Amino acid sequence: MITKNQTTFKVEPGKQELFVIREFDAPRELVFKAFTDPKIIVKWLGPKDLSCRIDKLVPGSGGYWRFIHTDKNGNEYGFHGVCHEETAPERIIRTFEFEGLPEKGHVVLETAKFDELPGGRTKLTIHSVYQSVMDRDGMVQSGMERGTNDSYDRLDEIFENELAK
Amino acid sequence: MNAYIYICKRILTYFTMRRDVFQAIADPTRREIINLIAQQSLNLNAIADNFEVSRPAISQHIKILTECGLIVIKKQGRERFCEVKLQPLNQVADWIEPFRILWTDQFNKLDNVLEGMKAKSKKRPRKK
Repeated sequence: MITKNQTTFKVEPGKQELFVIREFDAPRELVFKAFTDPKIIVKWLGPKDLSCRIDKLVPGSGGYWRFIHTDKNGNEYGFHGVCHEETAPERIIRTFEFEGLPEKGHVVLETAKFDELPGGRTKLTIHSVYQSVMDRDGMVQSGMERGTNDSYDRLDEIFENELAK
Repeated sequence: MNAYIYICKRILTYFTMRRDVFQAIADPTRREIINLIAQQSLNLNAIADNFEVSRPAISQHIKILTECGLIVIKKQGRERFCEVKLQPLNQVADWIEPFRILWTDQFNKLDNVLEGMKAKSKKRPRKK
């Protein structure tokens, strides 16, 4: 039985920022590649019941990106932003905007830091800064109606992966 | 007409004064108060002794915590003890649940992708 790495969320009340922290059993170069190589990004990015495709991606510092998630009914959800800095294999700083909001301009500034750990492991720290507490809380709460069902599906998936090993 | 204005004002006050658990734990002193009395119920003086801020300030924090349902005040003789109720805090855990699920799912998928990448790079070792 493989123990999944735990994801830590630091979402303090009344703040405009949040942190997502996670360790991976892979060297930093690989984790960084998984975050920047378009062919690999589409394999893991986004909620599990949505498919992900890349509409635009100009990699590297000064680049830009637009991803589209599509659900089973064909509804599309677009996200886009620009890349402020991409320093392999340690840091990515970019903006992020969800196009499905009622009004444009609610942009998030995201910094992803990749730290080397002993034993060929990597610690990822994502720091997101929102324009307001309300923006942050809205983002965190989005998708409230799905959720519980998802976790059962996820369990199934984990068991399947375990069995296939 | 006056009665109408009065009711409107009351409703407005209700909404602006309404407390929720997020507001309760937004303040570091209030979080410390909860931690302190989670271990044992204390009276106001005993709580205030643990903080450098003034007694009225602590009293105000306790009032807010009471309004949010995180503290109940129980009378024992002449003493009034503050007792913590942790149930409302579940709202906070529930609150980030969808976000947690989204990221956990993504990262679990990423674990599998990374396993594949590792296996590939072992098969075809590249010079550095």
